[in-house]
Amino acid sequence: MKLTLRVWRQQNADSPGAMATYQVDDVSQDMSFLEMLDVLNEELILKGEEPVAFDHDCREGICGACSLVINGDAHGPERTTTCQLHMRSFQDGDTIDIEPWRAAAFPVIKDLVVDRSAFDRVIQAGGYITAPTGSAPEAHATPVPKADADYAFEHAECIGCGACVAACPNGAAMLFTSAKVNHLNVLPQGSPERETRVLDMVSQMDAEGFGGCTLTGECATACPKGIPLFSITAMNKEWLRASRKVKR
Amino acid sequence: MPSYSEYTEYAEYTVGEPIKDERAPAGPVNERWDTRRFEAKLVNPANRRKHTIIVVGTGLAGGAAGATLAEQGYHVVQFCYQDSPRRAHSIAAQGGINAAKNYRNDGDSIHRLFYDTVKGGDFRARESNVHRLAQISVEIIDQCVAQGVPFAREYGGLLDTRSFGGVQVSRTFYARGQTGQQLLLGAYQALSRQIAAGNVEMHARTEMLDLIMVDGRARGIVARDLVTGEISTYFADAVVLASGGYGNVFYLSTNAMNSNATAIWRAHRRGAYFANPCFTQIHPTCIPRSGDHQSKLTLMSESLRNDGRIWVPKAKGDTRPAAEIPEEERDYYLERIYPSFGNLVPRDIASRAAKNVCDEGRGVGPGGQGVYLDFADAIARMGRKAVEEKYGNLFDMYERITAENPYEVPMRIYPAIHYTMGGLWVDYDLQTTVPGLFAIGEANFSDHGANRLGASALMQGLADGYFVLPSTINDYLARNPHKDEVDASHPAAVEAVRETEDRLTRLLAVDGDRTPDSFHREIGELVWEFCGMARTDEGLRKALDRLPQIREEFWRRIKVPGTGEEFNQSLEKANRIVDYLELAELMCLDALHRAESCGGHFREESQTPDGEAAREDEEFSYAAAWEFTDTGAAPVLHKEQLTFEYVHPTQRSYA
Repeated sequence: MKLTLRVWRQQNADSPGAMATYQVDDVSQDMSFLEMLDVLNEELILKGEEPVAFDHDCREGICGACSLVINGDAHGPERTTTCQLHMRSFQDGDTIDIEPWRAAAFPVIKDLVVDRSAFDRVIQAGGYITAPTGSAPEAHATPVPKADADYAFEHAECIGCGACVAACPNGAAMLFTSAKVNHLNVLPQGSPERETRVLDMVSQMDAEGFGGCTLTGECATACPKGIPLFSITAMNKEWLRASRKVKR
Repeated sequence: MPSYSEYTEYAEYTVGEPIKDERAPAGPVNERWDTRRFEAKLVNPANRRKHTIIVVGTGLAGGAAGATLAEQGYHVVQFCYQDSPRRAHSIAAQGGINAAKNYRNDGDSIHRLFYDTVKGGDFRARESNVHRLAQISVEIIDQCVAQGVPFAREYGGLLDTRSFGGVQVSRTFYARGQTGQQLLLGAYQALSRQIAAGNVEMHARTEMLDLIMVDGRARGIVARDLVTGEISTYFADAVVLASGGYGNVFYLSTNAMNSNATAIWRAHRRGAYFANPCFTQIHPTCIPRSGDHQSKLTLMSESLRNDGRIWVPKAKGDTRPAAEIPEEERDYYLERIYPSFGNLVPRDIASRAAKNVCDEGRGVGPGGQGVYLDFADAIARMGRKAVEEKYGNLFDMYERITAENPYEVPMRIYPAIHYTMGGLWVDYDLQTTVPGLFAIGEANFSDHGANRLGASALMQGLADGYFVLPSTINDYLARNPHKDEVDASHPAAVEAVRETEDRLTRLLAVDGDRTPDSFHREIGELVWEFCGMARTDEGLRKALDRLPQIREEFWRRIKVPGTGEEFNQSLEKANRIVDYLELAELMCLDALHRAESCGGHFREESQTPDGEAAREDEEFSYAAAWEFTDTGAAPVLHKEQLTFEYVHPTQRSYA
């Protein structure tokens, strides 16, 4: 396959960026999207140009590092992470636009690399269960109904990649935040901090500059792990319940 | 140089004084951990905040250690090269975590887990350490459940377990095929709580590039901010390395692309002995490579072997699609050779058997480098829904990568480098030979001997991080109060920074004609061929001849664009390759010197008549701890003799 790539190049956070055009020949359809970029980068280095910077690590769809907007879609045309997208999803002769996540709360570091530390701070605000090492009771002391355990797991699958934010026209982080709130709040272990968790995480989310949610559903469509849209309404319920219960 | 050092006839190394673990107490093995904890000195809770501990890495071991030390009141300064501590490669572990809970009432016990692990490691691990690991395993599950880790549960609300390669009891706890992710998020969340509380100072996108030694003790690190390129120094009372294994020396592995050996290798150069580097694990169930563009390999959880059946055609060069090969023309070779363990034999045995049938010309798929893992029987027996429930995400992942549907055609698998049992030598306290420098998780060599059993990496990482290190490091801190504050102006720090800057400057200055990846691939192919699944005296010598040549060429032809004062991924890669080059040499030397087969280290010269690994206990019942001398110079071998009081070494048999 021969492809034309239009790639966002930006030297650093302070400089303006622009799209640059590259030709890549000799692309196999068995390559992953990132392996195709590896081919481009090897050529750029040998030509004495700077390779395109992009975040990636595990390349098996679980670490959440990779983060490209491909032809306008977060993680591209398939419902998966960029690293698990393969070139068989494209045609010979295609022109492909590659951009970084675009959101106010995710400033660009270089080229396609963005700063997602806002997500870490949302978790730090309450996305945990307070259980210092050594304090745990026997694991079978508290049975958890299978349905609840499965519900928790379904939300705990979030990989924190940020595709939900990149896909959202408002740059909202509701799906990310709700995934963690629902994972922990449904479990008996998470119940003592149920109210403060949702209130604090939502406050932090707002403070980070993520946009407001208008339930367009783009987030759940882009999510490579299939976190469901009802996650957001479930969190809204939790928030309302907590707001009534807790006098802040 | 030790006084009685001698040059061996074939390779350049010298033999130094034996080394011994001085920390494990004597007495019955099941009391040693209690005894050690009691004998260890404590640090007064009010004084802990005055102590700073550096933790490098945020995987299961590092994340758990950082969180726990901070909970105890220490001031923790923690580092990861990723953009967030949540992305450490522990996240990719799929199958599960072992614990001797005996919830199944199937004869499991702490002693059995201990026994299985020592035997699975082919009698090259320390009994004291392994027994402690088995003891702690039960506490780990309690801890993780309390954190909200959503383990698989049964309808009654209790935890589900499954069995895993190399054992006959069901002791593996799991969270679908994402157990590592869920355990890591548990540790990450505990760490996040401590970051928010101000007890952990977290530096993401920051890579350790050297260790700072003052008066013979580890007192700090040199690290590079990967965004700005700034090189800084950080100081502490103790340094903990939780930076993972060195599997990426093979280039193609199941490790994350940026997992690297620089932290442990730099520590090795500063005096920490490196133990058993040739003990590397090849995982039998990975997706075969599809071409030369391949950047990494993807593992399919070993749990698939519980229900999938492995086979190849009986005839050589049979290129018919799997469905057209009738049952009687299939060779379910693991079930045939190992009737009692069948498809559940340990990883090294399953891997080598796959290599053997492929070498015979019976491999399947492109290049004949693959064997079938077939779920047709499982689907017929359990129904598609049950298979989907158990393995759904793995099947999806397989289909995404290969464009083949494993519900309809058998998966193709092939072995790949997955884990490294070797690592920095540590004593029972997990302290390296450098005072004040600790190594935990995959970064150390301690618990798996020559082969790791499935679902034991998560167990060891969390045991080290949550329970072992936070107890043992107290003893070091209490006994070694530092009177002098050290800062960036200390000559040792100035020197370490200068060396780091020189190395990076040199990499940028070569301006040659080869990319970092091209060198990395070359090293990887070389060690895979000569120090991979099967090793020979001749092959290892070839690799040892070739590696210094590659190193020389590297420094002549490497091309790193850009500058050091910016985000520069090529520079990061090139700098890691400098260390892979040296590590690969030590790995091959270790493999050459160990003229026996054991676990993941298979020397073709040393096998039983039926092709199994033949250990030479008389000569090699020791851990090989290597002392660095200089780049390209002969290292010094220190032997730690292993004694087995409880699990008597036998020829492993899984037939």
